[in-house]
Parts: sequence; C-alpha cells; structure tokens
Amino acid sequence: MNLPSNLAKIKDEIRKHAESYQLDFFETIFEIIEFDELNEVASFGGFPTRFPHWRFGMEYEELSRAYSYGLQKIYELVINNDPCYAYLMKCNNLVDQKLVMAHVYAHCDFFKNNLWFAHTNRKMMDEMANHATVIRRYIEKHGEETIEDFIDTCLSLENLIDLHSPYIQRKPEKKTSTLAAEKDSEIKTPIKLKSKFYMDSFINPQEFLDEQKRISEQRRKEKQRKLPEIPERDALQFLIENAPLEKWQAEILSIIREEAFYFAPQGQTKIMNEGWATYWHSKIMTEKCLTDSEVIDYADHHSGTLMTATGRLNPYKLGVELFRDLEERWNKGRFGKEYDDCDDWQVRKNWDKQLGLGQQKVFEVRKLYNDLMFIDEFLTPDFCRDHMLFVYSYNDRTDLYEISDRDFKTVKEKLLFSLTNFGQPFIEVEDANYLNRGELYLVHKHEGVDLKIDEAKDALTNLFKVWTRPVHLETIIDEIKTLLTYDGSEHSEIEID
Amino acid sequence: MVKKIEKDQARFRQIVRGKVKKNLKKYITRGELIGKKGKDFVSIPIPQIHIPHFRFDPRKAGGVGQGNGEIGTPIGRGDGEYSGEAGDAPGEHLLEVDISLEELAQMLGEELELPNIQNKGKKNITAQKDKYTGISQSGPESLRHFKRTYKQALKRQIITKTYNPKNPIIIPVREDRRYRSWKVTLEPESNAMIIYMMDVSGSMGDEQKEIVRIESFWVDTWLRYQYKNIETRYIIHDAVAREVDQETFYHTRESGGTIISSAYKLANKIIDENYNPSDWNIYLFHFSDGDNWGEIDTDECVSILENHLLPKVNLFCYGQVESPYGSGQFIRDLDDYFQDEDKVVLSEIADKEEIYESIKDFLGKGR
Repeated sequence: MNLPSNLAKIKDEIRKHAESYQLDFFETIFEIIEFDELNEVASFGGFPTRFPHWRFGMEYEELSRAYSYGLQKIYELVINNDPCYAYLMKCNNLVDQKLVMAHVYAHCDFFKNNLWFAHTNRKMMDEMANHATVIRRYIEKHGEETIEDFIDTCLSLENLIDLHSPYIQRKPEKKTSTLAAEKDSEIKTPIKLKSKFYMDSFINPQEFLDEQKRISEQRRKEKQRKLPEIPERDALQFLIENAPLEKWQAEILSIIREEAFYFAPQGQTKIMNEGWATYWHSKIMTEKCLTDSEVIDYADHHSGTLMTATGRLNPYKLGVELFRDLEERWNKGRFGKEYDDCDDWQVRKNWDKQLGLGQQKVFEVRKLYNDLMFIDEFLTPDFCRDHMLFVYSYNDRTDLYEISDRDFKTVKEKLLFSLTNFGQPFIEVEDANYLNRGELYLVHKHEGVDLKIDEAKDALTNLFKVWTRPVHLETIIDEIKTLLTYDGSEHSEIEID
Repeated sequence: MVKKIEKDQARFRQIVRGKVKKNLKKYITRGELIGKKGKDFVSIPIPQIHIPHFRFDPRKAGGVGQGNGEIGTPIGRGDGEYSGEAGDAPGEHLLEVDISLEELAQMLGEELELPNIQNKGKKNITAQKDKYTGISQSGPESLRHFKRTYKQALKRQIITKTYNPKNPIIIPVREDRRYRSWKVTLEPESNAMIIYMMDVSGSMGDEQKEIVRIESFWVDTWLRYQYKNIETRYIIHDAVAREVDQETFYHTRESGGTIISSAYKLANKIIDENYNPSDWNIYLFHFSDGDNWGEIDTDECVSILENHLLPKVNLFCYGQVESPYGSGQFIRDLDDYFQDEDKVVLSEIADKEEIYESIKDFLGKGR
C-alpha cells in the first residue's frame, strides 16, 4: 500500500534533510503494511516474490510467534534494489515512522555507494520473481518433493562460494592457441649427458632414458587430467560446470548461487551498514526532525535499538559507536604516527588539532570499507576498553559460554576471525578426479577452528547428491589431519598425514 | 486474503510433524510434554530444523561480546542434552511447535501401530455429520466433479452427433456440469469413561508416580482421540480408597499399607452409580508397585474383577511400576488367574524407558 498523505509529507521532508547531509541514494519506494505482512516479507528475505520453500515458512512461524509474544518486532525492512523498496509497519506511531525513514535513506545510500555492493544485481526484485517462476515451472514438471529435496541440497552448500570472485580473476584465461597446447603436450626426449660414443651406453643407459621418458609422459598426463588446475574456492560454480547435473538441477544450483552472492555483501557489511544507518537516523532526528513531544518516544526507541544483551554484539551499537569514534578522531586529528607514538595519557586525552576531517572520513570509509577492514583499521585499544568488549569461549565442564578474555589483541583477533569470509570456513575444491576415480576432494583451509563435524558430514551427504561419486573433505579435528569421506552409503573418518 | 507464505508454512509444519513422529519415543519417555499441554494443543520443543552447512563448531570458535562481567562469568548456555542436534550458539534456540492433541494421538497410533478401538457401537446417542456422497446438477465451482461432467458432456455429444472420434474434443455446456453434494448423516457417537487408580502407599515414590503420570497422559490422549465424549475419574488408595480430582491424584503421598481391593470396590461403585455399561465404553487403569497386603486381599481383588468389573468394562489394565520396596507379587497373581482373559492387560514398567512398550501393551488390543 502506498503512503497516506501525512506520511508522504514526512517522507519528502526527511528525504530533503538526508540530501542536505550529502546522502546519495536510489529512488526509494516506501510501502506501509500490516505486521503479519511485514513478517511475511521479512521471512522471504525481503522479497515477496521469492520461490516457494519451507525454510521461509519456518522463518515466518518464528517471527509470528516472537511477535505475538511481544518479544520482537521488526521496525524496518529495506531492499537493496534500484529503486530501493522499504516497508513500514502500519501500527507504528509517527515518530517511529520518521526514525525508520531516516534509517532507510542511510541504508540506501550505503547500498548505492559502498564498493562491496557494486556488483550486486540492482534489479533483484525482478530477478527473484524470475527465479520463482523458473522453480515453479520445474515443480510442475518434476514434482514438489524432487525440487524441494534438491533445493535443500543446494542450500546446504550455499556458503561454498568465493566472495571475491566478482572482483578479481583467479584463473588465467584459457589458452586459445592449440599450437601452444600441442607443444605443451609433446613428449620431451630426455636430455642426454655428454659422452664419448663408446661410453654412451654406460653414461646414458637405455633403461634410464626409458624411465625418464615414462615419467615425463606420466607428468604430462597428470597435468592434463588435473581438474581444477588450481584449487577452486567457488565450489558451487565448479559443481555447476563439472557435476553430472540435469539441466534443471544446474539451473536451480545457479539460482541459489546467484542469491547467495546477492546477499553476501550484506553479511560482509552488517556492522558498517547498520552503524551507518543508525548514525544518520540519530543525526537527522535530533538535529532536524524531532518535535518536542516526540523526544521521549524517540529516545526510548533509539536506546532499544542500541541495547546490547550481555554477551552479544549488537551490530547497530558497535557500528554507530565506531563511526562516531572515527568522526571524532579525524575531527581532532587523533591518528597518524605522532598520535600513536604519544604515550602521555593526559596529552592524548586533550589531543585536538581541530582538523575537522570527520565528515569527510566517514563518507570515505562508507565507500571503501567492509566490516573486516573497518574493524581491522579502526578498532582501537581505547575503544575496546571503553565499550567493554570481551572474548567468550565454551567451557566443557559447565556447558556454558563464559567470558574468557578482555585483552585488546585477543578481542580484535577473534572479531576479525568471525568476520573473515563472513564467518565461514574456507573450503576449496582440490581435485575432481581423486584416486583417478572421479571422486571429489575438498580441502578445508584450517585456521585454528574446527568444523562442526556432525553437520559437515550431513553437508557431505548433500554434496554427494550433487557430485554422485564419493566425496572427501580434508580437515583438522583436534589437531589431527583427518579425511572425512562419504561414499554414498556410509561416512568414514580417517587420519592422514 | 490468503498469504503466499502460508503454503511454505504449511509445508514446514508438515516437515515438523514428520520430525515429531520420528522422535516420538523420546517425547513419550520424557514427561516434559505434559507441562506444555493447553486445551487443544501441546507445545513440542523440537531442535530447529536446519539445513546443514560446512561451518565452524561454535564451541570451538567462541566469539566476541560486549558488557560487564569478570573473566569466567557465564553468558550463555551450551546445548546440553540436545548435543549435536540443536543450534548451540548463544541466542539460538529450540523451536516450539504447536501440535493438536488429535494429531499427536494420530502420530502415537501410527508409531505404536495401535489398532483403532472397536467400541461397543452404541446407537442411542447420535451426532450429525456431513458426508460428500451425492452428485447434483448445481453447486459451487470448487466442488465440480470433472469426471462426471466430462462423461455427461461426452454422452450428450454422442447423442447429438457432435462427437468426432477423429478429433475428440469435448466441450461441456452448463447442463453437463455435475457437482459433488453432501448429505447430512447421523452417526452413532461413542462415549467412554476411564477410571485411573493409583496406589499411593508409602512404597510408591516420586519416580513411580512420574511414570504413572506420563503413561496416563498418553493413554488419555489416545482414548480422547478415539472417543468423542470422554469422562475421567481418579481413585487413590492405600489401605482405603477415595475418589479425588486430577490434581490430587498426581500429588498425594500417603503412607501406610496397601489394600488394593478397596480401590476396585470403589471403582465398581462409581460405575454402578453413574455409568451404565450398555451405554459406556469403560476403561480401568490401575498402577501399583504390586505389594498388596496379604493373599486374602489379592483373592478378593480377583473375585471383584471376575464377578463385577470385567463383565462391565472394555479393558482392565494393570501397570506395575518397580519400586525398591515392593515385592511385586500382585502382577504374578493376576497373571495366574487371568492368563486367558482378553480384557485384562498386565504390564511391568521398570523405568521410564519402558513406558513406550507398556502403552503398546495396553492399547494394542484395540478394545
């Protein structure tokens, strides 16, 4: 439903304010809907036109329940698309609607300008509808269960993508010259050592030459056979290209892959994106929009957004505080060698070079950074201490997660780890013809944290469904290099060196 | 307006039902469901149905949080007994799903392969029910009977010689359409009454009572599914018997001896006064640790059962829970007398794990 006239007026007003702060966004379409419709749209990941799947139904069930118990309420929902779509909840009061609009405009600005979103499809609304049409057509053709089962399988593997593949080229272009290929495949005659003719059969014995020839022949074959040539991180793409898939299967897998790539930047910039939106709604509301009678409601709602349950990390809070910290530091010139080297607490505290670079800096950061870089560069020991960040870990004895460290370095490392590859393990396709039997060999690049093994086994089962030959995953369990294998009937776990 | 999500939700629920059914044995042996029972629904916590991914073990990974607390301060629970199944990062939770009691009973029936009860088929009480049996020439389009309509059109076209076997296109007209229609039928309605009896003598501990509680919950659920109209009465006894309400039934603890015949006498009295056996399907469930006071009373029990109770009831079930104090003689005595009696079911329940089998014993006869 379109906005009623009073909200449309407010929208125009907030839009002007946002523009006056140099925010730059796509055209934004607001729709106002009832809570259950909002829950529905949210369950579909923001796309009312999404393909049918029980996972969305599960999401909806949870959201509805949480809403009816009064535990949780979605205020805002905004879709990265051109034009941007944003949903407002009908029963919210006016000040909430204002806040949400201001928040939404900042999100749109982020979508439009942040580099990590540069390769997302801006017509995703239409694309999702197309995906749904394709999937429905296949459901009609192959039956609901078949398709659902395959979608489950694909979703299970959806994180096996290469986040950076839209930006860089990992593989060399395929050689087009057949001549070069031929030359490559020529069997090189083994090099003979210099010798007098009567010594030749001793210095270069025929058996040795034959042996050399055989080895080089074998190497050449191996090289030809090796697939992928270099380990492939975009396992989904690899499967689409190389697994024995029916056309409909390949198409569904492509759809899942495409949607995973579309959503990936949102995972990569959660802290920044929410921080940015919160930074701006706070600024627009307090500097421009609030009327006297709305202040209390606004403060209540705003603090609710920033509330952190003990032991959690609220991306809204962490993000906005980091942006504000950043602004202050660049306004006062608290950066660079001189500041970093200064260890006089008093001087640091009163450090103010009145550079006024804060605004410029925050805009620059919102353009170029993602969460990983953001934390890496701007999380300071002062910030970590002031905001009481800590690391928690699991305690076997008590079956509880406990606070384990407050040291800056540990906190930062942990935080960076949880953001690397948006918190997913790196898994690469190493060999598609393992043991020369067409078996698939994956390698988990272990960086200190084990996989959840029971779940990994289930995922392997799903991988087998796609590959249809035995599948292997090399990983490390409790510091022992282990090969997990699923051969279609049973799982095995073998130590390897 | 029908929402698009509802189809996904329905499918999800269907999957959940599948899961519940698969884990039914676990739910049966644990008492936790009883506390979650509402009027028509029971809330069942199931591990969130998730799609497996290659992901880090949250226990090994840990994470970063914000807030007060010393080192060592707990901030969240691990996954405890659901280990390896449920999500276990702080904040992940078990999903609670509402299942109607009727569905639960259905699942129980399917899982335990319980036969439907052949009740005594009383015809004196009837209920109205719509049955789609007829065909009519008018009705809502949603009830259109395609096959009949097609047949009708085919007939007409053949009669009017507009049917061309080489190009057999059938076009129904208004008069050809046929619709399903319903008739109101009167169905006999069946009544049942259950008397639960429990030994509350000193030797029956909390654990024994918990078993009784769980077992009667499932028996109740099943019988309520089988009968439209059901009444339950509760009797507790030690050396004397008295009728109590449900609350008291499960929470009373008496001391003293055990005279089982007192309970049977009272049950007989209740039946005679209120429930004519020709109108009611009567079920008796008795739970005890089997430590009756003396052979004389056991003889009396047998005689009451044989002469008074058994002719009136569909089923007499005796569940003997194991207690550290009891001799457990009673079940052997009953077995001696009633080996060939179809209406008597005896079951020993050593611990919670055996509730499952015991329910099967009790209800597996289809009486």
